Amino acid sequence: MTLRATVAELVREFRASGRIVIVGASLAGLRAAETLRDEGFTGSLTIIGDEPYEPYDRPPLSKQVLKGWVPADHTKLPRMREVDADWRLGVAATGLDRATKQVRLANGELIPYDRLLIATGTRARQWPNPAEAALHGVHTIRSRDDAAQLQKELAEPPSRVLVIGAGFIGSEVASVCRELGIPVTVVERGAAPLVGALGGVIGEIAAQLQRDHGVDLRCGLGVSSLEGDPGGHVRRAHLSDGSAVDADVVVASLGSIRNVEWLEGSGLAAGFWGVGCDAGGRAFDINGVVTDSVYVAGDVARAPHVLYEYQFLAMEHWDNAVLGAETAAHNMVNLEPHYRPHLLLPGFWSGQFGVNIKSVGVPPFGDEIAFTQGSVAERRFAAAYGRRGRIVAAVTFDHGKWLEYYGKLIEQSGPFPPPPPGWDQPPDMKPMPAEFPDPRVPTAIPDVVLTGHAPSERTAEFRPRRH
Amino acid sequence: MVEETPWQQALRYANRANPYPFYEELRKTPVARQPDGTYVVSTYREIVALLHDPRVSSDPRKCPVPAVARAEGPGEPVAEPIREVLTEPNIITCDPPEHDRDRRMMMPHFAGPPHEPHLISDLEPDIRRIVDGLLDEMKGKTRIDAVDDFAYPLPVRVICKVLGVPLEDEPRFHHWIETALDALDFGPEAASEEIRRRQAGARQAVREFGQFAADLLDRYADQPGPGMLSALVNEDGPEGRMSKGVLASNALLLIFAGHETTVNLIAHSVLTLLRHPDALEKLRRRPELIVPGVEELLRFESSVQFWHTRSALEDIDIAGTTIPKGAPIFLAYGSANRDPERFTDPDALDLERRDNQHLGFSQGIHFCFGAPLARLEVQVAVGEFARRVENPRLVEDPPPYRHNQIFRGPRHVLVDIDGIRD
Repeated sequence: MTLRATVAELVREFRASGRIVIVGASLAGLRAAETLRDEGFTGSLTIIGDEPYEPYDRPPLSKQVLKGWVPADHTKLPRMREVDADWRLGVAATGLDRATKQVRLANGELIPYDRLLIATGTRARQWPNPAEAALHGVHTIRSRDDAAQLQKELAEPPSRVLVIGAGFIGSEVASVCRELGIPVTVVERGAAPLVGALGGVIGEIAAQLQRDHGVDLRCGLGVSSLEGDPGGHVRRAHLSDGSAVDADVVVASLGSIRNVEWLEGSGLAAGFWGVGCDAGGRAFDINGVVTDSVYVAGDVARAPHVLYEYQFLAMEHWDNAVLGAETAAHNMVNLEPHYRPHLLLPGFWSGQFGVNIKSVGVPPFGDEIAFTQGSVAERRFAAAYGRRGRIVAAVTFDHGKWLEYYGKLIEQSGPFPPPPPGWDQPPDMKPMPAEFPDPRVPTAIPDVVLTGHAPSERTAEFRPRRH
Repeated sequence: MVEETPWQQALRYANRANPYPFYEELRKTPVARQPDGTYVVSTYREIVALLHDPRVSSDPRKCPVPAVARAEGPGEPVAEPIREVLTEPNIITCDPPEHDRDRRMMMPHFAGPPHEPHLISDLEPDIRRIVDGLLDEMKGKTRIDAVDDFAYPLPVRVICKVLGVPLEDEPRFHHWIETALDALDFGPEAASEEIRRRQAGARQAVREFGQFAADLLDRYADQPGPGMLSALVNEDGPEGRMSKGVLASNALLLIFAGHETTVNLIAHSVLTLLRHPDALEKLRRRPELIVPGVEELLRFESSVQFWHTRSALEDIDIAGTTIPKGAPIFLAYGSANRDPERFTDPDALDLERRDNQHLGFSQGIHFCFGAPLARLEVQVAVGEFARRVENPRLVEDPPPYRHNQIFRGPRHVLVDIDGIRD
């Protein structure tokens, strides 16, 4: 038998009777499982999830569910096909032994695999003071249960809601509160809402949008402590400027934490930023060498992106979970040269204060912005982000149907500022600084990150803890 | 005599029943300059790019060249009667920000969640009743015309109800539309005596149609009634109200587009299924396939074969060609939907096709306003036809086609049947 025939036989054999374990029973895990079956994998498939629920959709949680339009338990993800898997729901994975190829579960069970997909995603960052976080009325919002509980409290309704952090989730929660007629205060450490994702220029528009809808928005401030009543219910927040806000519901939207702790000791390149992998979803070990049997997809994956100078990007976007999972699953049951890359142009959407905000590309990669279509005053516009004369991202407010055009320009390394539209031009199309926070500001968590993009200049940088 | 381009051949009436071999030839030059200066875009990728390109206008007032193709040889350029008479823009013939504003004003009265999320789906019982009635009327017949007896009556009744147009006026506007369409020719035959003769009648028809719409709107202004037109005349949205002229123009567009395209789609769907008995049998066995099936039928025989009011506002580099500023651009959806670069085995009918993002409703900001309604009508009509009609056989293949190229469709589809099931 020739070598090629042997390899082909191995692939066939693996597809017929291999063992695949997927850790993470959310969008990426489900779509990966479906793709594996689509690709003809008939071996054993185990899906492990720490929540007791079948895979559900998260985007509605901070919108339709909070508004009370859709019950939290009605967000189950549609199944594209039968997956015929052994579902282990309600039990978390707690460890990975790559030497014996086993996943350890919280109940002590060991699940053997031939190939493993890590799709454990992220969780909400909790309010850092555990005693204060435990007060009744203090919430984060990431899971179905979170949304159901918060919806119940919003329906009462509270006298005021305090939202800490004006990223997308925080802004969406504030928007829902206003729609429900609930007074809301938003406290944001940065200069404006959405500033991390979209920069200060757009952030200023978002700030105005919030204020126009009656949000008590306070930027450049932090919450120093939360105060409860004797019954253990939150009543007041003290802010960093010495002022206080009375509120009986507090939503901490402080970003997300990648679920990588269970991989400690596994020897994988897993850390604060996610699990490093190649564009095909194959995980790197701690030395940066690609593994053969461990794959990553979804929010927790972090792969180099060709369009962004091969920087390692983790994308917490819905379509990244779907397409990344499909790619990883395909590669799990194929060998070179049939590997596929996951080269998604990132994109997300958010609905808030009656505006549909959409974006393609990686806005924070840009340092300039130019309005290209529509009217900022009417809050219907498109804007492009540029870096060194090239377009790298675009954002639209109620102008989403144009994103395809900008996406194409980004993919083709189009010029920045982009060619002006023939009509509906904003009064001023001059590029200006996009005003992103300095990405080099150290985070609170030490980590090793790669810098540089060409093989010869790539080095590691250690980011020390601040306190 | 200069040899005709593939596009000109595709537009000849003789090739109406099967333009696809000419489209195949046409796609070899994705962006093909025609002798009259029009740029015809025939490949999927390029059409999608232009549909999303803000340098492309949909406003015919901005295009200096008449968009009706001129024939080679002597003769004056042929103007399009509809455009000549209808001076006010509607949502399909204007650009943002006007387009966006007018569409926003109309959408809540049609299908715009969250305002009226159930408006279209709530029409289903009515649609079902109409379809059932039409099929019941065929009982006892052995030969039917799938156009006159089936495809035409449904959309016209539905659009009249949605818009609030009296159904008894249908024969009048049916005549106007037919007359206008029969004079609308973008091919080499446009300069013929016959078409020129028809144009005079078409101008008159559009004028009368416009007057009809204006009168109807006046009536609703005096006395509000049911339907979308009355609501648009009488209710102020956050952005005010449309002017009467713009509203009349849009009313015309909706009456026209609301049934014309759907008639062709139902007729073509029946025709296509009768040509593919395996697919028809599969649909009978698995009625749930009607949903992906209608998408495939839309791809297979696009109701709108191309669109003709777009033009370049700047030089646009695409597919190795520069479309110069000011040039008319025709987007050939019918060809793009058979582009093998985009669709696997595009000439095969596959009701279960999964990757089927066809251009049957276009894309971008001018995406078909009526798509949700059209989908529902065709799903019910074609689904019930497949279920209830016993042993249908095509009498004549190909059937006679209508003259106009944009809204390509059979004039009649005669079908022999054994009976109608309950």
